[in-house]
Amino acid sequence: MEKVLFGLDTFGDIPANDNGELLSDAQAIRQVVAEGVLADQLGVDIIALGEHHREDFAISSPEMVLAAIATQTEKIKLSTGVTVLSSDDPVRVFQRFSTLDALSNGRAQVMLGRGSFTESFPLFGFDLNDYDVLFEEKINLFSQLLTEKPVTWQGKTRAPLQNADVYPKTESGHLDTFVGVGGSPESIIRAARYGLPVMLAIIGGSPERFKPYMRLYEKATEQLGTPVHPVGMHSHGVIAATDEEARELAWRSIRVSMDRIGRDRGWAPMTRERFENEIENGSYYVGSPTTVAKKIARAIKSLGVKRFDLVYSAGNQTIAERQRTIELYANEVIPQVRSILAEDAND
Amino acid sequence: MTKQIGIIGAGKLGVVLAQIALKAGYQVDIAGSGSPEKIALTMMVLAPGAEPMTSAEVLANNDVIILALPLSKFKQLGASSLAGKLVLDAMNYWWEVDGKRDDFNDPQIGTSELVQNYFKDSQVVKAFNHMGYHDLLDESIIFKPQCEQPKALALAGDNKQAVLQVQQIVTDFGFTPLVLKNLHEGLKLQPGINTFGANLHLQALQEAIDNYTDTTFGQQIAQLN
Repeated sequence: MEKVLFGLDTFGDIPANDNGELLSDAQAIRQVVAEGVLADQLGVDIIALGEHHREDFAISSPEMVLAAIATQTEKIKLSTGVTVLSSDDPVRVFQRFSTLDALSNGRAQVMLGRGSFTESFPLFGFDLNDYDVLFEEKINLFSQLLTEKPVTWQGKTRAPLQNADVYPKTESGHLDTFVGVGGSPESIIRAARYGLPVMLAIIGGSPERFKPYMRLYEKATEQLGTPVHPVGMHSHGVIAATDEEARELAWRSIRVSMDRIGRDRGWAPMTRERFENEIENGSYYVGSPTTVAKKIARAIKSLGVKRFDLVYSAGNQTIAERQRTIELYANEVIPQVRSILAEDAND
Repeated sequence: MTKQIGIIGAGKLGVVLAQIALKAGYQVDIAGSGSPEKIALTMMVLAPGAEPMTSAEVLANNDVIILALPLSKFKQLGASSLAGKLVLDAMNYWWEVDGKRDDFNDPQIGTSELVQNYFKDSQVVKAFNHMGYHDLLDESIIFKPQCEQPKALALAGDNKQAVLQVQQIVTDFGFTPLVLKNLHEGLKLQPGINTFGANLHLQALQEAIDNYTDTTFGQQIAQLN
């Protein structure tokens, strides 16, 4: 059986100190570097950093932070979740990540997305009316750049390229590339068309509802004659010694963060009932190591994914709280999930 | 007679509504933003039985139409193309998709009223807008093995006959309808109101609507009424 990979994801939320005061953006970024190093020491497979352009998240240039982690780590895969390709330049994205690949001895991975947050559009001078065409064209160009051969390309969203060779090249000849998908069927088919693996962002509701998307991905690859890659998923979570402790922490971290984002979009605040339901049946992986391990194993089995990333730092948690989730995830949850999956495989 | 419905928009919401309509025994025609071929595979896998076609074909074939496209795109449909039809407006202002739009965030006039003003020869009813698309799928009782009290969905329209028809559709789709006084009242279901995202039973939803002034946008609406 193919090995399941486990990751930790963060957007660079701003930690609070013990008095509830927020640290600076700069401290938040240095904290993520320390956490990446810790995750590597504890044997976590992947760390993925998401690009955002808003005050709750300090990371707008994930590959810079990953470069710092790269030089202090040995094994951990250095990924994003996501890199907003629509408002970036594909050539520059390739160059930055092939540079990261060099610094990390081949551990770079880029996850391309359209961006569910679109703050980057006005910031970089893009029009939201071009949301679809920007991603469509840029992923097309990016897929050609992945061949690491001279590229000739023409489109509406950037200047044409004539036999352009792009440097640095990777040592392996292939930059590891994923597509992050939030639930649009079209995005699944697009990833299949370019033969790129898919990462599902499952941030609410039962993970089972993504089952049809797994089928859609397989059917699409079959119809298009492209390779089928293992699919991954990412969801929010908090781990503590007891279920109760984890729930209370999640209530003042994940819930607060979701409400803050939701308010910008006009959503009503989350009720306690909804919050509890996300923990029981939905997409919050919150509880003691055993509770969280069981829930992760169930999601992995039910969807057939080969990668699970826990978004660990939502809201304004203290450094100690974040580190505890990382340590419990690496030392207890991952081994327990592996053993549940192995037992089931032997049945 | 087989019940029949046309859906304009094949994104997250359009696909979910197609799945529910099929399960409810409706014949479903659906159009995305591009050619029917573009959504054919999605429909085959996610909503088998839904017929992908162009939006012109969906409109020509159906008297009942659900609008499930981005709000900023509804004027891409010809104003007269929906004449005489019952139109269920499931669209919401989502600035991250639509861009910043003051007209979609106006406490004086609801977005469904803008839709009605544009499709002036249609009967517009606001429906399926306040519950998240994955909640719609998770909560519709037609997918549940045991009988449960259905969750409530609010709807708002000016034409009595049209509202009655939509009440039936909401019931067929596995929810309890909650009817507001008129289309203007649909403002109380928009983003920025505490009902937005509501996944509640009838009484709790009614209470949320009654408490619409809990938010700033709700207070702005109240001041104008």
